[in-house]
Amino acid sequence: MKVNGVQRAAPDDTRLLLSDHLRQELGLTGTHVGCEHGVCGCCTVLLDGAPVRSCLMLAVQAEGHDVTTIEGLARDGSALHPVQQAFHECHALQCGFCTPGFVMSVVGLLAQHPHPTEQEVDEGIAGNLCRCTGYASIRRAVTRAAELNSSPHVGKSGPKGRDGA
Amino acid sequence: MTTRWFGAPVQRFEDDRLLRGHGRFTDDFDEGALECCFVRSPYAHARIRSIDATAARAMPGVIAVYTAVDLPFGGVDLPLLIPHPNLTHGRTQRCLASERVRYAGEAVAFVVAETRYLAEDAAELVEVDYEPLPVVITPEASSRAEHLVHDDVPGNVAAEMLQEVGEVGKALREAPHRKRLKFRYERAAASPMEGRAVWARWSAGDRKLMVYDSTQSPTSIRGGLAVLFGLPESNVEVIAPDVGGGFGPKIMLFYPDELLVPYASMQLGRPVKWTEDRQEHFTAVNQERGQVHEVEVGFDAEGRVLALSDDFIHDGGAYTPYGIILPIISAAQVPGPYRIPNYRVRFRDMYTNATPTSPYRGAGRPHACFVMERTLDAIAADLHLDRIELRRRNLIQAGEFPYDVGVAWQDGNTVVYDSGDYPTLLDKAIANLGPKPAGDNVGMGIGIYVEGTGVGPYEGAHVQVLVSGKVVAATGIPSQGQAHATVWAQVVADELGVDVGDVEVTSGDTRRFPWGVGTFASRGAVTAGNAMHVAARMVADKAKHIAADHLEAAVEDLELAGGLVRVKGSPDRGIPLGAVAVLSNPVRYAFGGGTEAATQFAARPREGPPLRDGEQPGLEATGYYSPPGSTWASGCHAAYVRVDPKTFRLEILKYVVVHDCGRVINPLVLQGQIEGGVAQGIGGAFYERLAYDGDGQLRNASFMEFLMPYATEIPPIEIDHIETPSPLNPLGVKGAGEAGVIPVGAVLASAIEDATGIEITEMPLSPLRLFELYRLMER
Repeated sequence: MKVNGVQRAAPDDTRLLLSDHLRQELGLTGTHVGCEHGVCGCCTVLLDGAPVRSCLMLAVQAEGHDVTTIEGLARDGSALHPVQQAFHECHALQCGFCTPGFVMSVVGLLAQHPHPTEQEVDEGIAGNLCRCTGYASIRRAVTRAAELNSSPHVGKSGPKGRDGA
Repeated sequence: MTTRWFGAPVQRFEDDRLLRGHGRFTDDFDEGALECCFVRSPYAHARIRSIDATAARAMPGVIAVYTAVDLPFGGVDLPLLIPHPNLTHGRTQRCLASERVRYAGEAVAFVVAETRYLAEDAAELVEVDYEPLPVVITPEASSRAEHLVHDDVPGNVAAEMLQEVGEVGKALREAPHRKRLKFRYERAAASPMEGRAVWARWSAGDRKLMVYDSTQSPTSIRGGLAVLFGLPESNVEVIAPDVGGGFGPKIMLFYPDELLVPYASMQLGRPVKWTEDRQEHFTAVNQERGQVHEVEVGFDAEGRVLALSDDFIHDGGAYTPYGIILPIISAAQVPGPYRIPNYRVRFRDMYTNATPTSPYRGAGRPHACFVMERTLDAIAADLHLDRIELRRRNLIQAGEFPYDVGVAWQDGNTVVYDSGDYPTLLDKAIANLGPKPAGDNVGMGIGIYVEGTGVGPYEGAHVQVLVSGKVVAATGIPSQGQAHATVWAQVVADELGVDVGDVEVTSGDTRRFPWGVGTFASRGAVTAGNAMHVAARMVADKAKHIAADHLEAAVEDLELAGGLVRVKGSPDRGIPLGAVAVLSNPVRYAFGGGTEAATQFAARPREGPPLRDGEQPGLEATGYYSPPGSTWASGCHAAYVRVDPKTFRLEILKYVVVHDCGRVINPLVLQGQIEGGVAQGIGGAFYERLAYDGDGQLRNASFMEFLMPYATEIPPIEIDHIETPSPLNPLGVKGAGEAGVIPVGAVLASAIEDATGIEITEMPLSPLRLFELYRLMER
């Protein structure tokens, strides 16, 4: 399988979940495990560009596929991906545990619906649980991400932080 | 203070690494750690006849299996955190049960293996022979003492407490109107997205224990581990790294794993890690909210409450590790923002065969608010009075502060509201709510609450200016998403006159700050926020004293601004803070700026030695803040809902919040706290129900059936603020973390009752429960 563009060997242990494989074998701990039964969405990654629950897949099932994790969205040191940037601007994360799953779901959503309606936003993120934000800021972030996607040079709002964002 | 950053919507410094997947949650630490799995009781009440771990121990890949007899502390009762004279029959569990289990999910054995997969396999091989015993699950059944949870606790009563302000009996007898009401609030679960986790590494060579713990109180964990293992505290470091939500249950300590994981590492000489799975989170992590209240209220023809008597039982669960804080808070918070001249409250804390209880966001308050607000709605209905007008007549007025309620508070003092303006909250909420939407089956609900926040005893902070001019700050309390790294930077930056981005904050790491209590009870901003302010001000004073010599100016004529200590009115006469840091430490820095400006040859020579008596090197200070009493935040929520008359589906048409937490440090962060709190309240009121059956089994211990709301269930929340600064602390702040959740049950009950005509006296609701209540009403 390819993970974030790099060819990786499949694990020997056939019962290893994809989520555990990413976290434990490949050290990609940005993919989080919140329920291990496919409801919370914390472990969402892209499989060939579409969001999937990595806790509901065996790692060996990903053989021959392209997996993108949160670490694969923006290279270290480079600017955030527009969806990540929108989450930052809109205070769409608090504890940050559900965040990678949300970001991956929104990347998938915007790939399908570049300009989602309110209902498409709600439905697009309705496979992910967040206990901190109450979702309002996440909705705002999806709309903002769609804006950033369509005009990547849109100025950023709000006072500057340490990271210049 | 320049107040340049305080109050500004500064975007968070935490975000970048969390968004890139570079957060560090406890389960992300590895270093070849062994992994663990618990064997937990499947019975809510049983006698343990025998435990046989032979087969598990023999399994390849298994390193150790611990039962109570294998532990030097196996016979020790876990701590009772907050003893109270009224808690006459406090009981705590042991790390691993060996004779009796009293709730389904109680830990019995602990398996350590090379991987979690193997540990889970081995846990299934541990044979425990149980003799099931009869259970009591509801607080009502417990109060009837149908069965005893603890053989030596008569009537299952852990504690009883009676308080009276005024003369309730007389006032009730003389009241023109009287009414009796009964309210039932069920248990609820906080359910943070990250469950609990502990990672530990024992270094035998230097006898040091290092622990990562998804806790709300690393300092307390450190103290407890040091005592238990006979180590000086300086040999134990506990870090709450990124914590994936807390909401209360992570303030509980000690959970068994918090002892077993470090112990296993000390025994086995390898790092050891345990990460909870979601199913065990549902039964092994403390819950809250179960209470049954019987109220008698006396009132006059205008709807003024003359006397209120509340007699309630509290579902404490199988043990009382957290004392009786929850029912004490409920008892204190029933009167809320209303003037109740005669108030009597009695509670009994009941043992049940269910998971123990300790605070969950709101902690005793949502149920208290529900009791008061439902009572007011019932009075309004009796007298055919407008619900809003009735509340206006009973509210404490803005000129009445400080307002002494006269009942006991959780910090040992009595409840005294420090400041507030409740009528304005109500007026703004009604104005913001606007006219009722057209259509059938629409109802309006309202609820007003107060919240005691910022309880002591204290928090502290360390602030240091580096020779680079950057600032580092640290406090003992950890963050579970409350943006400590951002809001404390705002507080510190203002005092030191530096850019907020130049302040780097560490929280919840005993290596950086070993003293403190924890993040709970909406206390972070008040306690740690003011400690940051105190410490930063000490640093600013020190900087002025050092710079005064250098600038040949009087200390009173200096100010900190733009990263400089400079003479007021002469901005060109200044010295960078980094250079002052160099001056503060009379050694030479080979790297970094400031040395040139700070050289002894550049400044007027000082008399005496470089460090005078009483002076300390370094441009740093440690400060503490200890509140004289709680700060009382408040708010008013109002909503319009529509309830489908056939399916009883709930649609929240509009939801408004007016909130008062004193001075606001960061409106972005505050908005997030309120929005999240309301969402959690909506979940708790209409979707999430812990479905215990008569045998004490939680029948819906998964997210498949315990229905936490998704975005599709949460409406937009419109938030407005007023600010009545607290007179009790230098920053004028009050807590805000729990506020959003408190009145939601009361508001939705009021609105649903208004929409449907179904009398609502219980929480949580659901479409099914509304249908059942409708059928009962029709009969």
